[in-house]
Amino acid sequence: MAKQYETVIGLEVHVELATKTKIFCGCSTAFGGAPNTHTCPVCTGMPGSLPVLNKQVVEYAAAIGLATNCEITQVCKFDRKNYFYPDNPQNYQISQLYLPIARNGYVEIEVGSTKKKIRIHEMHMEEDAGKLVHDEWDDTSLVDFNRSGVPLVEIVSEPDMRSADEVMAYLEKLRLIIQYLGASDCKLQEGSMRADVNLSVREVGSDKFGTRTEMKNLNSFKAIARAIDGERQRQIDLLEAGRAVVQETRRWDDNKESSHAMRSKEDAQDYRYFPEPDLVPIVISDEWIAEIKARQPELRTEKLERYKKEFDIPQYDAEIITSSKHMADIFEAATAVCGKPKKVANWLMVETLRLLKERGQEPEDICFAPENLAKLIALTEAGTINSSVAKEVFEKIFDENIDPDKYVEEKGLKIENDEGALEQVLAKVIAENPQAVADYKGGKEKALGALVGQTMKAMKGKANPGLVNQKLREMLS
Amino acid sequence: MANIISDETIEYVGILAKLELSQEEKEAAKSDMERMLDYIDTLNELDTAGVEPMSHVFPVHNVFREDVVTNGDGSEETLKNAPLRKEQSFKVPKTIG
Amino acid sequence: MDMMGLTAVELGKKIRAGEVTVREAAEAALAQIDRVESQVHSYVTIDREGALKRADEVQKLIDEGKLEGPLAGVPVAIKDNMCTEGMLTTCSSKILGNFQPTFTAEAVKRLEDAGAVILGKTNMDEFAMGSTTETSYYGETKNPWNLGHVPGGSSGGSCAAVAAEECFYALGSDTGGSIRQPSAFCGVSRYGLIAYGSSLDQIGPIAKDVTDCAAILEVIAGHDEKDSTSIGRESYDFMGALVDDVKGMKIGIPKDYFGEGLDKEVKNAILKAVKILEDKGAVVEEFDLSLVEYAIPAYYVIASAEASSNLSRFDGVKYGYRTGEYEGLHNMYKKSRSEGFGAEVKRRIMLGSFVLSSGYYDAYYLKALRTKALIKQAFDNAFAKYDVIVAPAAPTTAPELGKSLSDPLKMYLSDIYTVSVNLAGLPGISIPVGTDSKGLPIGMQLIGDCYQECKILRAAYAFEQTKGYARPKLVSADEKGGR
Repeated sequence: MAKQYETVIGLEVHVELATKTKIFCGCSTAFGGAPNTHTCPVCTGMPGSLPVLNKQVVEYAAAIGLATNCEITQVCKFDRKNYFYPDNPQNYQISQLYLPIARNGYVEIEVGSTKKKIRIHEMHMEEDAGKLVHDEWDDTSLVDFNRSGVPLVEIVSEPDMRSADEVMAYLEKLRLIIQYLGASDCKLQEGSMRADVNLSVREVGSDKFGTRTEMKNLNSFKAIARAIDGERQRQIDLLEAGRAVVQETRRWDDNKESSHAMRSKEDAQDYRYFPEPDLVPIVISDEWIAEIKARQPELRTEKLERYKKEFDIPQYDAEIITSSKHMADIFEAATAVCGKPKKVANWLMVETLRLLKERGQEPEDICFAPENLAKLIALTEAGTINSSVAKEVFEKIFDENIDPDKYVEEKGLKIENDEGALEQVLAKVIAENPQAVADYKGGKEKALGALVGQTMKAMKGKANPGLVNQKLREMLS
Repeated sequence: MANIISDETIEYVGILAKLELSQEEKEAAKSDMERMLDYIDTLNELDTAGVEPMSHVFPVHNVFREDVVTNGDGSEETLKNAPLRKEQSFKVPKTIG
Repeated sequence: MDMMGLTAVELGKKIRAGEVTVREAAEAALAQIDRVESQVHSYVTIDREGALKRADEVQKLIDEGKLEGPLAGVPVAIKDNMCTEGMLTTCSSKILGNFQPTFTAEAVKRLEDAGAVILGKTNMDEFAMGSTTETSYYGETKNPWNLGHVPGGSSGGSCAAVAAEECFYALGSDTGGSIRQPSAFCGVSRYGLIAYGSSLDQIGPIAKDVTDCAAILEVIAGHDEKDSTSIGRESYDFMGALVDDVKGMKIGIPKDYFGEGLDKEVKNAILKAVKILEDKGAVVEEFDLSLVEYAIPAYYVIASAEASSNLSRFDGVKYGYRTGEYEGLHNMYKKSRSEGFGAEVKRRIMLGSFVLSSGYYDAYYLKALRTKALIKQAFDNAFAKYDVIVAPAAPTTAPELGKSLSDPLKMYLSDIYTVSVNLAGLPGISIPVGTDSKGLPIGMQLIGDCYQECKILRAAYAFEQTKGYARPKLVSADEKGGR
């Protein structure tokens, strides 16, 4: 019988914090911008410049630590990690090794119906590197330091995960906690959340870990899942062939769906950490911790329960809506305006999710004002527009954030409640569709639907379908 | 003369420090380092058991800045001394693509 | 008028009184530079035009009553590791040969705000690594007292410029005792000082007398929010300390600083100076400071380790020297750095990288940090008993040119009495107490407890009242000169 293998996975998750400025200087962290516009002597490693720590970074990092059940290191310090690379302007990164801000935490995940704790080994603050763009024209690389010095926390888990599903659940859990804290938007595509995967395999039943590899360059949930499957198989193939797994860092190429070792004689991976002499220690008092705890906003689980109780929203819907902090914010804001939580939930659950999927977007990308959704609901509730028009208007809201009141007015989309006008159209439709009329009169109930459709079309959707139905029956009886 | 620095060590430290030494410089570096390490080893005469390593002398802590944007477009100053640039970026030999 | 014989504070007074214009002062300094610079070579960069233009601007501000401080209009020289916006700042290294900073160091900015006129940038040991100013890529500086000798280092250019009267005062920096002439230091911002050993680096004044030192210190000291490690304090009144009274002041003489290795003439001159303070009413006592012999090894581990990291930013990507031909990224790094740095800098980067490398960190770096803690403790114990500790500034007077670099270990030992002060984060001042038989000056070091700059300034000032200001032959036929 073939040997059975178990996959052992630990993650290093990098999260860009949602501060306005960089970790050690007053440069903006805004995404985009022409190369090197968000830079100064500090974040470009100019000789003579010195770092000064952004207080908000400590607050966010501590809040994440507390929300993931970590112990806060009440005297913590920064260290220097030394390595040469062009995106690293000082050729050292200011990070934390010896006294990271938080340690020994956990988050609880649920896969299928099984609950499991994933332990967090430690969490530290550090600065992000700049960006390298390969220049195809002359085979060089171009360096942009706009991202250099953007604050990060790195969350290092224990090797507690056993499958790609558990990894996804863990990442999703972290993402939700951090988004709800407002500490990061956690967008994988923009790189504000990234994960390196440490993976090893061992025979089922063994209590010793196998040799692990570290996989980098994973920038989507799908890439992470594929990389885990690919690396698991690669390691099993090696072991089956009687060869050893080499402890190394590997780079995942999601297009080729394979990885290659990043080994080079010049990358000795000997980081020569030592305490950062340009920064003083951080002392996080009990009072400060209490303040951060007191400021902690409602997290996902609490919000989900509240939605069920307060708004009578079903479990499934509440789960979907709270699966994105942004979507939950829209839900609450729209509900506050129109007072119809179930209607709001419905628009989010059906039309919003459909459009997101069609456009290939994430809930974080929703950019309409909640008020506009609330107005749309008010229009349908008042019977001012019918449901098919409402869907059409919503798509406009979703894409262009239009004001539905104005839009409906300008485009003349209000339901025609003039019965005389309707009767005229109905008479015309009846006259032009003798076959359908005959079918209906012959007992084919379905034929009425065709007539209703014709009428709606002729009315450009502005008729009330219920009324059309009723009138048709009257006129054909 | 307890410390012996091997060729491999000098090679390795050269990789860490990104310095390329000539054969002559390597030999000099070896003997310099051996002598310095022998001298530094006098610290071993000191009993430092239980002594907390002191990186910061002054009892200063919690020096912060507020999270307020104070810097504008710094690209011109940032690129002013660039040995090689292309438009608004520093130009370097190709890194891993 | 023998304008160049004036101290900074004396000149400032005359400028404010309208007896001398700022332009006249700058021209006098530039004229002296013309006379002696070819022999001394204190400067790496002389900014003739900039200085004269600035002199006129400062004069206008003084005339308008907008500048009233004691240093307004006084020409100054700045060590070349302090950033000056738009003015070459090379650290006396080839690798920064074309570097024009985009900002000015905080300490220099404070001097400018006080009306200083910058004459130029002074020579130094490359990246401040050395004790003789011979490791400069731009050639050695010579000692104005005897041109066959070194001026000391690493702030040798600044000290020589002051001694040769090529400026009225200068800024230096001190990592292990690099301010070898009259110097004092305290919580001055390091922002804009190109780092060597960050935890040990400090900026300080180099001047002709204690009064100038105190006046300069008042201008450059102060908390800077750009330097997290700069210290805020209650008082920046240093001039108030200049009182000729040491009655009851407790002075400790560490016996271990006066033992083997100390030149006899230096020893005698310092003990004589201590006697003068005692005669003025100070209470002098010998004691065992201990750990003296461990300061230098601990210092070299810490300073080299920090330097290996601080200097890794010089890589040919963002500024400074990039080699002409290279194949690929790492070859570009290696060639640029190997061609751009001098031998002593490379030696320390190699040592620093080694002591931090995997497997050695605990044995070397942590051991050195523990030693540092013990040294700090030893000083704390001493300052529980004494107001001021008196020691030699160096074991000998200035060595001859070309005799030091061949044996780095010996050169390092010349810092034996000063490095502890940097390790323990203490203020120190060195003042001339006489000359040896070769006519070279002997420096006495006064060390105070943390924040106790005023005590050492007072002791130094009291001693200075008993001695005239000596000038080297180079600038004056009258050796014992005086004002």
